[in-house]
Amino acid sequence: MSDVLNPPHSAEGNTGLPTQPSGKVIAVTSGKGGVGKTFVSANLAAAMAKRGQRVLVLDADLGLANLDVVLNLYPKVTLHDVFTGKAKLEEAIIRAPGGFSVLLAGSGMVEYSRLTPEVRGDFLRIMNGLVPHYDVVILDTGAGISDVVLFAVSLAAEVMVVATPEPTSLTDAYATIKVLVGQQKRQTIRLVINQTARLGDGRAITTQLQQVLDRFVTTDTGKHVKLVHMGDIPADPAVRQAIMRRQLLLQAMPGSPAALAISQLAVKVEETVGLKAE
Amino acid sequence: MEKQNPSPAVQLHHLRLENARALLEHDTTVSLPSAVDSPEAYLQAVIDGLCELSLRDPLTGLANRRHFSGVLERSIDVVARSGEPALLLMLDIDHFKKVNDTYGHQAGDQVLQVIAKTLTGCVRPMDTVARLGGEEFSVMLPSCHTGYGKVVAERIRAQIENLSIQIAPGLSIKVTVSIGGAYAPEWVRSTGALWSERADLQLYRAKKEGRNRIFLDQQQEIYVSAEEKNLLFGHLSLGDPAWIESVSNEPPNNTGAGPMQRVF
Repeated sequence: MSDVLNPPHSAEGNTGLPTQPSGKVIAVTSGKGGVGKTFVSANLAAAMAKRGQRVLVLDADLGLANLDVVLNLYPKVTLHDVFTGKAKLEEAIIRAPGGFSVLLAGSGMVEYSRLTPEVRGDFLRIMNGLVPHYDVVILDTGAGISDVVLFAVSLAAEVMVVATPEPTSLTDAYATIKVLVGQQKRQTIRLVINQTARLGDGRAITTQLQQVLDRFVTTDTGKHVKLVHMGDIPADPAVRQAIMRRQLLLQAMPGSPAALAISQLAVKVEETVGLKAE
Repeated sequence: MEKQNPSPAVQLHHLRLENARALLEHDTTVSLPSAVDSPEAYLQAVIDGLCELSLRDPLTGLANRRHFSGVLERSIDVVARSGEPALLLMLDIDHFKKVNDTYGHQAGDQVLQVIAKTLTGCVRPMDTVARLGGEEFSVMLPSCHTGYGKVVAERIRAQIENLSIQIAPGLSIKVTVSIGGAYAPEWVRSTGALWSERADLQLYRAKKEGRNRIFLDQQQEIYVSAEEKNLLFGHLSLGDPAWIESVSNEPPNNTGAGPMQRVF
């Protein structure tokens, strides 16, 4: 077992902040790339911001995330500058169009995808400094299951896997869940099915995945992992339009079926992390 | 060699090939054809020979670090595609400095050569054995299932432990190796750097725990079996759940070979 999954808890004690995953941190991940992970993260953040929550989206796909592309942002200061001591953390946090905050990694962060203990420590310190200032922090992780993704996910109390109904996406989602249960001892995994063709698809897919998990995956304590279906986002031409215009769907076409689904998802996520709508 | 060109575009005597020729002639494994009979064949042999030399460790004949880093990166792609785990082993001869200091560098070189030969003998022809430099070796074992890794590593360790290396008439010495290893299995995408770092970490452990031992990173053993995939998508062929009907409206008992048949 690598210590990637057991981030050091030492140097952070003096900040007086919890080093354990906070209830307010949600990792959004997926097996396969291109299933709408960043799209969901950004629009979910916008939906929650609209409901009065203070939301931060953190680009946890060090250097490879598309958050800046999705949000049409050109930040001058990024997490990379914070890591290299060129800027303060506050300077790297920018306001996104949807009324939430974002912390972008910056392209230089690729070099930090080598998870040395120092990088892990820095990342933890940054997280601990940030979390108390927000109602919810969304970690937009990288695609696939890499050491960096696993580390980012280990910082979150809740994991939400985004998948589409395609077999390749579902297989990768299944594998991701298996890794998260096996290595992080996760007992609850949340699932969002994107680009569904009709009502009930997501629930059916969740049931199917749950059945296979029940048969093949048990936790150390002999328990089964519980999949929680958080919602579906229907296939919707409005999504593509918004993405092509580099706008948030919730701002560009708030009445579209996909936007409405994301608003519903926001309510469910708030319940999950124990937030009350304001 | 399609044709014998009477006036080739490139005149051999215009090229400065002396250094290359000297390099290649120094290496006994390369034999150059006559430059007079076929200039093209000669030039080709020089190029091939140099390519070969640039990838090989001159002392042991194993792959060198440059060659191995190519193998490492390619293995990641192969794993991602084939789904078969690959094992990376890092080896280091224990207390090698002592061998050099006590018996001289020539003895050290002999030890390195014997170890190289032993390593090659312990693995399959498809595996790549490399000398990364000094007393550091590495082995790439593609299609190596998690259960076998330990067996291979132990075979290497034991065979080297049992060697008696003659470094001078009537003088034989014994050496041991420490081995660290890490898998790059199907579902975890990683980089060559991270992969070797994980193997190095295990090698470090083996050294720290007293040398002449093996540590393998068993971290990522997760894979999805055909049975699991079948259960995940077996229903696709039945046109069963709602989400598939929108793709195919064929009745499921039509021909048995509708557009959405088994995917895996």
